Amino acid sequence: MIVDFAIIAAKAFIVLFMVLNLAGILGWIERKGSALIQDRIGANRASIFGFAGLGLVNTLIADPLKFLTKEDFIPPAGDKFLHTLAPCMALFPALVIFAVIPFGDVLQIGDRVINLQVANLNVGILYVFAMASLGVYGVVIGAWASNNKFSLLGGVRGSAQMISYEVAMGLSVIGILMVYGTLDLQEIARGQGTLIRDLLPQGLAFLGALVGWLPAWGVFLQPLAFLLFFTAAVAETKRIPFDLPEGESELVAGYHVEYSGGKFLMFFAAEFAEIVTAAALVTTLFFGGWQVPYLMRDGFYFPWGGQWLLPHLTVVGLQVGAFTLKVLFFCWLQILLRWSVPRFRYDQVMRLGWKMLLPLALVNVLITGIIIVAAQ
Amino acid sequence: MHLPTLIFFTLAAFLIISSLLVVFLPNVVHSALALVTALLIISIFFVVLQAPMVGVLQVLVYAGAIMVLFLFVIMFLNLTATEPRRRAWLSFAGLSALLLGGVLSAMLTQSEPAADPVAATELFGSPEMLARSLFNDFVLPFEIASVLLLVAIVGAVVLAKRRS
Repeated sequence: MIVDFAIIAAKAFIVLFMVLNLAGILGWIERKGSALIQDRIGANRASIFGFAGLGLVNTLIADPLKFLTKEDFIPPAGDKFLHTLAPCMALFPALVIFAVIPFGDVLQIGDRVINLQVANLNVGILYVFAMASLGVYGVVIGAWASNNKFSLLGGVRGSAQMISYEVAMGLSVIGILMVYGTLDLQEIARGQGTLIRDLLPQGLAFLGALVGWLPAWGVFLQPLAFLLFFTAAVAETKRIPFDLPEGESELVAGYHVEYSGGKFLMFFAAEFAEIVTAAALVTTLFFGGWQVPYLMRDGFYFPWGGQWLLPHLTVVGLQVGAFTLKVLFFCWLQILLRWSVPRFRYDQVMRLGWKMLLPLALVNVLITGIIIVAAQ
Repeated sequence: MHLPTLIFFTLAAFLIISSLLVVFLPNVVHSALALVTALLIISIFFVVLQAPMVGVLQVLVYAGAIMVLFLFVIMFLNLTATEPRRRAWLSFAGLSALLLGGVLSAMLTQSEPAADPVAATELFGSPEMLARSLFNDFVLPFEIASVLLLVAIVGAVVLAKRRS
């Protein structure tokens, strides 16, 4: 009983620790990455006792210290209670979504089997969407409680944008649910461990030589769903090209224009935690989660014959390492996107969401259904 | 008192407080947020009652979508002025609350408690069971409801177009 509780607490601690620290490091990567893209040097002024050599470590310490020692200003005409509550509402959903994301298969110590996932819910994906849908409140309430016209405009834009893209995001995942037949994220990750060869129906067996060696990852079975989901996920993080709620050039900073100090840091951390969450979701749903191609529970089994048996701990280490690498890749991709593309106009954001992503997601569901019925 | 009962009564107390706040808070935005809190607590009840699917849908649909639209409309129309308290409504509200309480307590004392409420199987309230009953036993009402929603959407679009 106590051991079970300790294991769950340890898993929750590890996940929160990794996500929050990765969010902090991403803040530094974003500044250095943007400098690299724009041919600048970037953040290199943080020196501790005259020592500026450790750029990452110094910035990681200096940034939060700077925010925490700034004045925490609450607009006198605003709503003091909600103004303080809003940053917590923004950070909360991005962190709790990680409860259902599997970061490895099972770890066996003695005769105790530990599922490498904080909470195993049979409604996993729905839980993710439910929590993600609560992310709007941080934006809306923060905007309203500031009692500022720019804030309010940003908040109204944010609520409309996030609700619109939730619809497209939810529909794009339906294809994945139909293919793997479960809402449980751990089961979806396990389902991506087989090879496409084993899924092909009799009539299409000739394709086996061509694509049969590929693992049955979501991106190969549902390529359109991946593009739709990734677009919608970037829109949900409210970053360029979808940064209309912030709109620096016309709304100053949109919904968090009246925030300073620690509370602004929380909005900032929420944005980067959302990047990590989006990356982890894309990894789990479309890129095999913790799966390493051809790695089974006791070693590699290659489709061209041959196997390479590995001890259990090495396998678990490889899986967790693969998951981390994939998440880091998608975090980097989102940062690259933010510094490479221009932003949309607001009507373009709405048109993309409702007139392009939504119909395409419906078409994807239809095509997937036809293929599944035909293959039976 | 064992743990589930304790959790139930604690949550129920919070639920009643937040529901009362929905009615009595003078500011519309505060009322809406109190309603969100009440909906979240109800969803915890569903999870405790072995129906995680309904609980999650409650958060997704009501707290995550409908209440956001409420807030959106409140902000769009700038209804942030405080509502004057209406004394006359209070007596009607109190009377109907008393009636409802009477009916409910009469019904609850009449009905017999289930033999073993915790004996619900693992599958009860799971997505599979819900989908099975929706698409096998209740497929006609389900489809009629979806057509009704479609009609409502088309109607809303037609009404919005006419005004402009």
